[in-house]
Amino acid sequence: MNSNLIDGLFIFMLACFIGFEVIRHVSPLLHTPLMSLTNALDAIAVVGAIVLVGEHRSNFAAVLGVIAIIAATSNVVGGFLITDRMLKMFKSSRPTK
Amino acid sequence: MIATTMTEFAGSQHVIEVIYLVASALFILSLKWMSSPTTARHGIWAGEIGMVLAIAGTLLHRGIVDYTWILIALVLGTGIGIPLGRVKMTAVPQRTALSHAFGALCVTLVGTAEFYLRTPDVPKFMMSVLSMEVILGGLTFTGSLMAAGKLQEILPQRPITYKGQNIVNLGLLGIAIAVAVYLVMHPEAKQFFPLLVGIPLIFGVFMVIPIGGADMPTVISLLNSYAGLSAAAMGFVLDSKLLIIAGALDGSSGLILSIIMSKAMNRSFANVLFGAFGQVQPSAAGAQEAKPVRSATPEEAAAILAAANKVVIVPGYGMAVAQAQHKVRELYDSLAKKGVDVRFAIHPVAGRMPGHMNVLLAEADIPYDRLIEMDEINGDFPATDVALIIGANDVTNPAARTDQSSPIFGMPILDVDRAHTVMVIKRSMNPGFAGIDNPLYYLDQTLMLFGDAKQFVGGIVRELGGGH
Repeated sequence: MNSNLIDGLFIFMLACFIGFEVIRHVSPLLHTPLMSLTNALDAIAVVGAIVLVGEHRSNFAAVLGVIAIIAATSNVVGGFLITDRMLKMFKSSRPTK
Repeated sequence: MIATTMTEFAGSQHVIEVIYLVASALFILSLKWMSSPTTARHGIWAGEIGMVLAIAGTLLHRGIVDYTWILIALVLGTGIGIPLGRVKMTAVPQRTALSHAFGALCVTLVGTAEFYLRTPDVPKFMMSVLSMEVILGGLTFTGSLMAAGKLQEILPQRPITYKGQNIVNLGLLGIAIAVAVYLVMHPEAKQFFPLLVGIPLIFGVFMVIPIGGADMPTVISLLNSYAGLSAAAMGFVLDSKLLIIAGALDGSSGLILSIIMSKAMNRSFANVLFGAFGQVQPSAAGAQEAKPVRSATPEEAAAILAAANKVVIVPGYGMAVAQAQHKVRELYDSLAKKGVDVRFAIHPVAGRMPGHMNVLLAEADIPYDRLIEMDEINGDFPATDVALIIGANDVTNPAARTDQSSPIFGMPILDVDRAHTVMVIKRSMNPGFAGIDNPLYYLDQTLMLFGDAKQFVGGIVRELGGGH
């Protein structure tokens, strides 16, 4: 348990650094799609809710879990859809000229 | 979790972990590819593959005994997600706020369920991260709903302030933290847990009430960051490395955007959250009317634009409100046909969320290499014949450079006043959202074009002979 905790903190720290480095290089042009994409990725929290519902350790937990899956899945689906729509709109003038 | 079944199913458990590892790598690649418009769509695919793998892998989880409700919930969520992915581009800021709320809702509910399943045996560290998960999740949920309501204009966009507001807000947060500390010490005291969820829910509402529309880019970014951090906290509770990584990526992304936004407004987070920017200054409102301004008709504006070599268009929230982006595209086309060099100057906080203007202009089919960031274009204004401002105000206010008494002094602005001619499309002389007078409008080279942005730009296009 304790080593898991320490591992978790190391992973968290490294992931924060990677996040900062990667996202610092995102063009301001794409800040809106970036936000909708990270939103969709963040909805990976759905895996926690899936386990909660699947294990069915109490009715209360299962009900909360079902609502949580619905909320997170709508973010996954909606987030990827709208990010894709936005990115399709970004066109360069170079190929046409 | 159940030791006896552990060895039996260790094989599938390892498979799941490897799948999560691959998904984490795909998530990082997904964000990396977002750095340029040419690779960004690969980023979506990487993200989608990672997501499908992670969900499929989770369904292999050994503890799952019942799939019916999982599938029902996945289908229902998809049913809600599809329309949310198809909203109009002008509605993207409120959609984003709404999805922050949904993400936070998921995290808060899972945290709540985990607490009741684990109490009274919750180790101190576990209870600490669980409290963090629930507090951040709760305030992000209601805070984002409030932000979405303001952006959708269901709620008033102007900040609502009252005496002692900051004391009330900080007091609420303080009580929530005190409850969290008590629960860490006494995890069996489950009668207090509803407070740990309920107070942040109330705090979220109060936190966003005093925040005005002009501060929304910073607030949405901050809420994005909180949503990520709460998901990372959930990762600690569930011992899920994938969730820790995804939450950390989202949290740092939101934090970077918040920093960029608050720098672009020359304000600190504390000032955004507690400063109640954007209040009308009643004293200043009456005095302005006396100063003379020059105005022009669409015909005159068209003649000046047609004679120009270099034109820079500065779009702002007003363009989004008037839905004028498609007319602006027609203007861009007809000027380009006449050989005029037209570019767009994008201030980082123009609009209601980071990158808002870029998305609207891209939707109107304006090539993205014509959209220029503030730092890059500011040096070009002295060589610009016409700066045409459409629905932007504070981001062009030269008082930010010169007038130390101005509330926006020090904020980086687009130096449109250095262009040879400045044209401002504006409904009336009413001060902008922040209620700050703009000396730009009284300069000798400034022409005010009074009217609705969409109609006025349409009028110019007709005069240029390119209208429909």
